[in-house]
Amino acid sequence: MEPALKIPDKGSPKPELKRRPDGSDPADDPAAPQIKMFAKSLRAWFGPAEALRGITLPIRKNCVTAIIGPSGCGKSTFVRCLNRMHEVVPLARVEGEVYLDAENIYGPSINPIAVRKRIGMVFQKANPFPTMSIRQNVLAGLSLQGLRCRAPEELVENALRKAALWDEVKDILDRSGVSLSGGQQQRLCIARALALEPEVLLMDEPCSALDPIATAKIEDLIHELRESYTVVIVTHNMQQAARVADFTAFFYLGELIEYGKTETIFKTPQDPRTEAYITGRFG
Amino acid sequence: MSSETAIPRSVAARIPLRAPRSLRERLVGVVLLVCAACSVITTLGIVLVLIVETTAFFREVSFRQFFGDIQWTPLFAKKHFGIWALVSGTVLTSAIAILTAVPLGLMAAAYLSEFANERIRRLLKPSMEILAGIPTVVYGYFALTFMTPLLQKFIPSLAGFNALSPGLVMGIMIFPTVASLSEDAMYAVPTSLREAAYALGATRLATTFRVVMPSAFSGIGASVILGVSRAIGETMIVAIAAGQQPRFTFDPRVPVETMTAYIVQVSLGDTPTGTLEYRTIFAVGMVLFVFTLALNVVAHRLRQGVLKDSVQ
Repeated sequence: MEPALKIPDKGSPKPELKRRPDGSDPADDPAAPQIKMFAKSLRAWFGPAEALRGITLPIRKNCVTAIIGPSGCGKSTFVRCLNRMHEVVPLARVEGEVYLDAENIYGPSINPIAVRKRIGMVFQKANPFPTMSIRQNVLAGLSLQGLRCRAPEELVENALRKAALWDEVKDILDRSGVSLSGGQQQRLCIARALALEPEVLLMDEPCSALDPIATAKIEDLIHELRESYTVVIVTHNMQQAARVADFTAFFYLGELIEYGKTETIFKTPQDPRTEAYITGRFG
Repeated sequence: MSSETAIPRSVAARIPLRAPRSLRERLVGVVLLVCAACSVITTLGIVLVLIVETTAFFREVSFRQFFGDIQWTPLFAKKHFGIWALVSGTVLTSAIAILTAVPLGLMAAAYLSEFANERIRRLLKPSMEILAGIPTVVYGYFALTFMTPLLQKFIPSLAGFNALSPGLVMGIMIFPTVASLSEDAMYAVPTSLREAAYALGATRLATTFRVVMPSAFSGIGASVILGVSRAIGETMIVAIAAGQQPRFTFDPRVPVETMTAYIVQVSLGDTPTGTLEYRTIFAVGMVLFVFTLALNVVAHRLRQGVLKDSVQ
């Protein structure tokens, strides 16, 4: 059951999802936000193991999309495909299309490095560069790309403010990035990603290693980020998905089982597997 | 259910708890201790001999003669004991070796750790390490009979014995060690840091040189220092190809003599034991020992990551 949608050629209008990928009734209201990214029949492998079995999913602009599902369902693989990070792993392979605005980022002349400049990513485990100070960590994207910044101080402050970390670190910017607490390190990583002004921010279980207070801070932050960014968040935690996400996609065994407004997914799931998962009967 | 494999209860109950530890067990401990002590005792013995002989040497030769002169002619009628003539030979050949080995070694390490796929890495790394296992006398004649004539085609003023050719060949000998140890250090850098860099739009090259290498700094530094200390201690190559002419110079084209080569020269010659000439080799040996000891201490501290925090 292919979703009834037109895949745009380069330069054509943005794709519009008419129906839910499983072909069921489109629960989205007509005033749904426009689509920023769109995965079409996305398949991914690790060596012989197929991790994604044809995912078709829209990512809406200035919204938070949560990807939920049990371990090994392919949710991390999916977000890693959205900025071409999946192929960094040896023997990993991707097939299918992912559109950023109207352009297929798996198209023939696309440079994955350019894709990653426009789509930022935050990982499960906070990974600030241990050899760099807090300031250098925030500016790492620019310096690694070989770019010079005109007003680095301003950029550092802005990025750290957006990541809700400025007040905590403004006096210790020259300290090592790894001297911070786990939650602070994760926000530093968010600041590092935001310093590049990405259009989309991918977050792969950003809170799984954090305590509840640090998690709450990151969740508040995600709420604010939605104003200016498109956010995709992978989470194990269904309450978290319910709290932060506008749209939720449920993955199971490498397939997209259900996608819709978070409210709909949690209150009236269509698929019995979704219902079983969100009510905690498996996973 | 698993009672078949366990000791039957009736037997276990008969094992006395207060039995003395068997004599054999204790004996093994003593034997192993002696083996371990051997290396320490040997080192202490060497240091002791060095100190005794060096003290005897300095009873006849003043520090001023030793450190305040640049001529080294203890075997001649007019004796000079200026150690700098030998130190310059060692420093010059080692510097050439390090300038060859470090760039080559780091590039090889970067390739193996960050660019090569697993198959190439598994093939290339051991074959590179074979280079480090070739006897140094082979390298010595390689320098003398191949490298020097080759270099003379480009540098006509190069003498038959010189510092350049053995320096380069030492570099070739050392670089696999530098490469292998640096590669170990780089390979151990967590993947999460590489991914962080890639996700920020960094190229593989930028990731390698700006993220992976700085993170592996202590390991790379230790490998470089180990290379330096091998270059300083290397004897055969310089004894064969550098010329055995003590000379205070930093010109790589002329014959020089290193501290190690001088020790070989005297040991192989007909210098009677117990004479001042004979004792010079202990004084030189002492200087050499201090050099390598200092480097080993630095390398050790680097490996312990003591300097890790000051990388920044």
